[in-house]
This record gives sequence, C-alpha cells and structure tokens, in this order.
Amino acid sequence: MRTSGVRLDAPLLGIDELLADEGVRIIVCTGAGGVGKTTTAAAVALRAAESGRRVCVMTIDPARRLAQAMGLRSLDNTPRQVPGVTSPDGSGSLHAMMLDMKRTFDEVVEAHADPERARAILANPFYQALSSSFAGTQEYMAMEKLGQLRARADAEGTWDLIVVDTPPSRSALDFLDAPERLGSFLDGRFIRVLTAPARGAGRGIGKLAAMGFGLFTNVLNKILGAQVLVDVGTFVAAIDTTFGGFRERADATYALLKDRGTAFVVVAAPERDALREASYFVERLEADDMPLAGLVLNRVQQVTLPEVTPEQALAAADRISDEDGSDARSDAGLTAALLRLHADRQRIAARQRHLAERFTAAHPGVAATTVPALPGDVHDLDGLREVGAYLADPC
Amino acid sequence: MNSLRAAMTATWNYAGSVTTASLGPGVALHVVSGKGGTGKTTVSAAVALALASQGRRTLLMEVEGRQGIAQLFDVPPLPYQERKVAVAPGGGEVWALAVDAEDALLDYLEIFYNLRRAGSALRRMGAVDFATTIAPGLRDVLLTGKAIEVVRRTDKAAPDAYDAVVLDAPPTGRICRFLNVNSEVSGLAKVGPIRNHADLVMSVIASPRTAVHLVSLLEEMPVQETIDAVAELRENRLPVGGIFVNMTRPPMLTEEQLDQAREGRLPAEQIAALAQQAGLRQDAATVAAALVLEGQDHAQRVDLERRELQRIADLGLPTLTLPLLADGIDLGGLYALAGILREGGVR
Ligand SMILES: Nc1ncnc2c1ncn2[C@@H]1O[C@H](COP(=O)(O)OP(=O)(O)O)[C@@H](O)[C@H]1O
Ligand SMILES: Nc1ncnc2c1ncn2[C@@H]1O[C@H](COP(=O)(O)OP(=O)(O)O)[C@@H](O)[C@H]1O
Ligand SMILES: [Mg+2]
Ligand SMILES: [Mg+2]
Repeated sequence: MRTSGVRLDAPLLGIDELLADEGVRIIVCTGAGGVGKTTTAAAVALRAAESGRRVCVMTIDPARRLAQAMGLRSLDNTPRQVPGVTSPDGSGSLHAMMLDMKRTFDEVVEAHADPERARAILANPFYQALSSSFAGTQEYMAMEKLGQLRARADAEGTWDLIVVDTPPSRSALDFLDAPERLGSFLDGRFIRVLTAPARGAGRGIGKLAAMGFGLFTNVLNKILGAQVLVDVGTFVAAIDTTFGGFRERADATYALLKDRGTAFVVVAAPERDALREASYFVERLEADDMPLAGLVLNRVQQVTLPEVTPEQALAAADRISDEDGSDARSDAGLTAALLRLHADRQRIAARQRHLAERFTAAHPGVAATTVPALPGDVHDLDGLREVGAYLADPC
Repeated sequence: MNSLRAAMTATWNYAGSVTTASLGPGVALHVVSGKGGTGKTTVSAAVALALASQGRRTLLMEVEGRQGIAQLFDVPPLPYQERKVAVAPGGGEVWALAVDAEDALLDYLEIFYNLRRAGSALRRMGAVDFATTIAPGLRDVLLTGKAIEVVRRTDKAAPDAYDAVVLDAPPTGRICRFLNVNSEVSGLAKVGPIRNHADLVMSVIASPRTAVHLVSLLEEMPVQETIDAVAELRENRLPVGGIFVNMTRPPMLTEEQLDQAREGRLPAEQIAALAQQAGLRQDAATVAAALVLEGQDHAQRVDLERRELQRIADLGLPTLTLPLLADGIDLGGLYALAGILREGGVR
C-alpha cells in the first residue's frame, strides 16, 4: 500500500540487472556525508550475495549497530564472512570489513620495505601524522584497500564482486581527487627540495633555487622547528626508494575505477545540498568517462495514499474539527490529526519531488531509483534486505 | 514565528527529558561543533544573532574555507577582514570573518619576524600551503589563535573589541585536536614564538570564558558522535557548553493517540466513517487503512527520536531544541531560530 512519494522521471536503475551482470566486478557507492552510502553499500552487497554472488563489502565508518549486525565487532581491517548469508542454491557468500586507514598504510609500508626500513618509517613522526590525520589519507587508503581486495580476488578467486563504501568526505569528489593530491604532494617539488641533499643537489629544484631555497627552509624551520623538515625528508627518502612513487600507485587504482567492470552508484538524499553534490559527481564521472550505474535517492518520504491531496486532507480535517469540536480524545479528534499528518507527509514528498526533478532534468540520461525513509534506523540484516528490495523495485 | 514556538513547546513537552538551563553567560568564545551536515553553520549564525539581539556586538567566524556565512547572510564572499553582516532587533550587530590559515600565517610572520614580503613570496610559491599541510597543527594554532586574538581585544579595551565571538568550528571528529593546540604543536618548535602563542591560546580555550557547544540531530549516528565528542572534550579538560538538537519535528499526535498507534488500536472503522462524512470521496476503507499505517509509522519515528533525545538528556548538559524549518533556511528562518535560542536562554 505504501508507495514512494517521489517517482522519478528517469530510467529505472535496475539493481538486480547490475548484480546479475558478471562483468561487473566492483561497485562504488559514493555521495555527500550522511546520505546513506554505507547503508546502500551493505544492502547492495547483501542482495548480491543472496542472489548468488561471492561478495566482499568494504565499509568505512558504519553505524555501530549495523557493524555488529554484520559481525564486525573489531576493526581488524580484514574481510570476515558474515555468517548465515547465502543464496538459495548455496553459491552466494558475503564477506565484510571495516577500513582502518592507519593499519592499511602500515601494511603497505611493511609489504614493500625490508623490516628495518619499515620500522624506521613506522616510527617516523611525520609518517605517524600522515597516516592518521592527513586530509586525504582515508580516501587514499580506501583506494589502496580496494586495489588489494581486487588483487586477492583475482589471485585466489575468493570474490567475484567487491562493493566499496567511500569516506565521509567534505565532498564526494574527494574520493577521486584526494589520492592524486596526496600522491602529488609526496612527489611534489617541496618534498624534492627537502630531500635534495639525499639525491644529489639540484634535482627538482629549478625555479625554487632561484627564489632562494634558503629562505624557504629558513622560514619553515623557524616556525615548524628544524626537526619537522628533517622528519619529512627522512620519511620521503625512505619511502621513495622502497616503492617508487605514490602517484603511480594512485594512478593504478584510478585506472581500475575507469574499467568497464566498475559501476558507480551515486547516493543522495532528497535535499538541496546532497543533490548538488550528486550533480557534481555525475558530471565528473561523465567528464572522466567513468562508468556510472545511476543515482540512488535515499530516504524519500513515503506516501500511503497519493490520491488524497494535502488540500483535500486538510479540508476534511477542518470539517471534522468544526463539527465535532477538537477534543483530541475522540475518534473525530484522532481522525483529524491523522489527516493532518497525511497532508504533512504529502507536502514533504512534494518538496522532495521538486528537488529530484531538478536533478533529473539536468541529467536526463541518468538511471535512478528511490529508497524510502524507513521509520527506524537500518541496523540489521533484515533492514538491509528491506533497503535492497526497494533498491531493486522502488514500487 | 508563533507557529514555530508552538511547534517547539509541542515537540518536547513531556516529562523531564530536556533540561533547559541558560547557556553561556560569561562566555566570550562560543565554539560550535557537530557531525557534518547537522547544522553547525546555521546554528553558529543563529547563536550570533541571538547574542546580538541582546545588544551584544558579536563576531561570527568560520575556519573551513567554505564561505558558509556569506551564503547564509546572502552577502558576497567574505575577505580576511571583519565585515558587518547583520543588525539584530535589539540593536546589536553581527560581524563576520572568514579566517584563512595562509593569511593568518602571513600575519604571524609579520608580527613575529617582520617577514611580510618574504611571506608573500613564499605564498606565491605555495610554500605556505605546504607548511600547513605537513604540519596540520600549525594550521589549527593559527586559526584558533585568530579567535583568541579577537577575544583578547576585550581585555585590552580595544576599540574593535567584541562582546562575544562565535566560532563555526570543524566537525566533531576533529574538534578536540583542533582546540587542543598545545598538544598539537608539541611536535613543532619546542620553544619560541609558536610555543608561546600556543600557551596563550590554551589559556583562553581551556577556561570558563570558552564554551564548546555541539549540534546534533535525533538520529543514531549524530547522537553517538555527540556523546563521543562530549567524552573526549571532558577527557581533554575542554569546557563543554550545551547541546543544540537541530531539525526536530513535532509529533502530530497526542500521547494517547501515539499509544493507540503503537498498540495497533487505531479504530479503522470509525476513521473510515468520519473521513467519508468529512467529504473524502475515495474508498473509505482504503483511506482508513492508509491513515492507520501512517499513524503507526509516525509513532515509530517519534519513539526513535525520543530514545535519541533521552540519550542526549542523559549527558546532563543544557539542551535546546530547534525545529526543522519546512522551507529551509533563509534570513527570516535564521532570525526565527535566533529568537528561539534567545528564549531558550542563550546569553
Ligand atoms: N532509507 C533509510 N531509512 C531510514 N534510515 C536510514 C536510511 N538510510 C540510511 N539510514 C540511516 O541513516 C544513518 C546514516 O546512514 P549511513 O549509511 O551511515 O550514511 P553515510 O555512510 O552516507 O554517512 C544511519 O543511521 C542509517 O541507519
Ligand atoms: N533547523 C533547520 N531547518 C531546516 N533546515 C536546516 C536547519 N538547520 C540546518 N538546515 C539546513 O541543513 C543543511 C546543513 O546545514 P549547515 O548549517 O550547512 O550544516 P553544517 O555546517 O553542519 O554542515 C543546510 O542546507 C541548512 O540550510
Ligand atoms: Mg558511511
Ligand atoms: Mg558548515
């Protein structure tokens, strides 16, 4: 009886067709903060597993109860099988993990440096700051982890689908841009300058030398203290010789995202800011020729009786109140209140529809689906199944 | 405005779940944090207006480089310069400043090292950006340092002093690190101006002249972040102010009606008859079934929100609720929220 209050004038994003396509090996759920990326990623992954795919879902920052429901009690950075999840024929499975960015970074270091050098890097103060708090590290490590999971899936045949959630960034585009930014920062000219003595002076300095390399280090040393630049220099020198070029690593994963086996699902809430963010993202994917599956409009107002308009409902409520007084305890008072509630929900739905129409008008080719705002949080597998069902068929 | 107030009292008019104490007398620096998207910028601006409406000259500061204040007050992007953005009904003024770490660093270089021109050259090279990137603590100490500089003008009875400063701060995940400049710069220069600067900043931030407020929504994750942030702030001995519960929606049914809905006792037949009598031409049974379902959904949502509100109330902090404004936030809405804050005791 319930229907989504927001029907989109867009081709339907058929989640089940997407999941049935074995060529699709990676699904990335992205969008502004708080719109339901993690929920969508988990729901898509569960639905895929229950339709027979062997799935690994990487979540970032899931709500506590949802993490527990998926068996993610500790943040151990390793995919764990979610017990009891399979398809009717028994072929499907679901592994889930929660990203630990610091640990991922540490593992990269340990995998690529000899033990002694790895120890030196891990103990470096600049590395510690970089791996735990640098803006963009989380995005970079999400990409890195995706690359690792994909390599493991290819090598061991463990998974045929990887679903990734993206970090709660300020902007959805950060997921695409931060790794590159971090890569260029680490490969950048100031870093080169700082490590120049270790590589033979002159290289990479160019114009900077003319401007006075002395001034640069002088001022930085004054305000930061000499140790900071020394730490940065040692870190970069150590890391550079062990695994050539952060940027190259970032580029490799970026290429994976452009692959036809990848599908981006952009999640938005029916709010102005979230839809604007979704627009930016869609445009960016188009510009970069990246594979967009479509838009999930999450948490839309459900409407139970679209044929009774807000005006009709309010008029009826007023009539009841006039005739029978406004005693809240009577059935009349109750009916009037329910009619006002109905009008309120319809109005919210109308406003959301209006916002969504602006998006679909600007991006007419983009497939879309809606998920209603459920009355409670989504914090268990049944809740995820419900979201998954709406994703496939918004009614 | 009246309907807003009615909504407010209707919303949380049940026993003891909200404490409203006056928020902020004696506070010179209001720091507003919260999960992203909960309304930090909106609430910061409303707090500034609420203070101004009591005749106080107020400075509203932002530090995230988003130009959120300019958008909200519908003025051109703010430069690194204090600008008057609003005059409140009580005659008080709201000024605004978008602080930028680069500019703050250049100020700093000029004051302590007399290095203005070299500073500009470094900035053109991108070196300032580089420095604040490799040492995020430097960025934070410069940004908080600016707020403290403004607060301390009062002590010096400077002509450009303000009665209060409201800081639209970074989100909960970063707020402690942002404010705890002392430990932030501990890895940086151990002595010298930056160190002294940090000590000075800390002496104001960790004092009763500062209050860190948190904005939350009645949803699981924002509430959890609020609870975690309060614990972390307390651990770090930073002064916690109050909680602003934003975007609340009033229940549209009475307590008894909600009980009926929860217990599946909504009388479908009577509702059908009444709706039909009232002129609804659609099939009466369908209408009634739909209304019953909507009532049940509503009761479930109200229960969920109350559970979350209770978790906030358990923190034992001054708590103020702000309604969801149906048409979003415009200048009128901002003044309305400011009125509610003022009535709620924001001083
Ligand atoms: N369709 C929905 N109905 C009700 N609650 C939802 C829905 N989608 C998400 N939520 C809730 O919203 C909160 C934020 O969702 P989450 O997926 O963690 O967002 P994000 O990952 O984008 O930050 C969670 O508490 C989740 O349970
Ligand atoms: N009480 C409210 N009623 C309606 N909309 C609100 C309310 N508070 C904030 N908003 C809207 O929510 C969005 C996020 O608010 P904003 O203040 O920018 O949050 P933050 O600074 O925490 O990211 C904005 O679109 C804003 O207009
Ligand atoms: Mg998330
Ligand atoms: Mg903001």
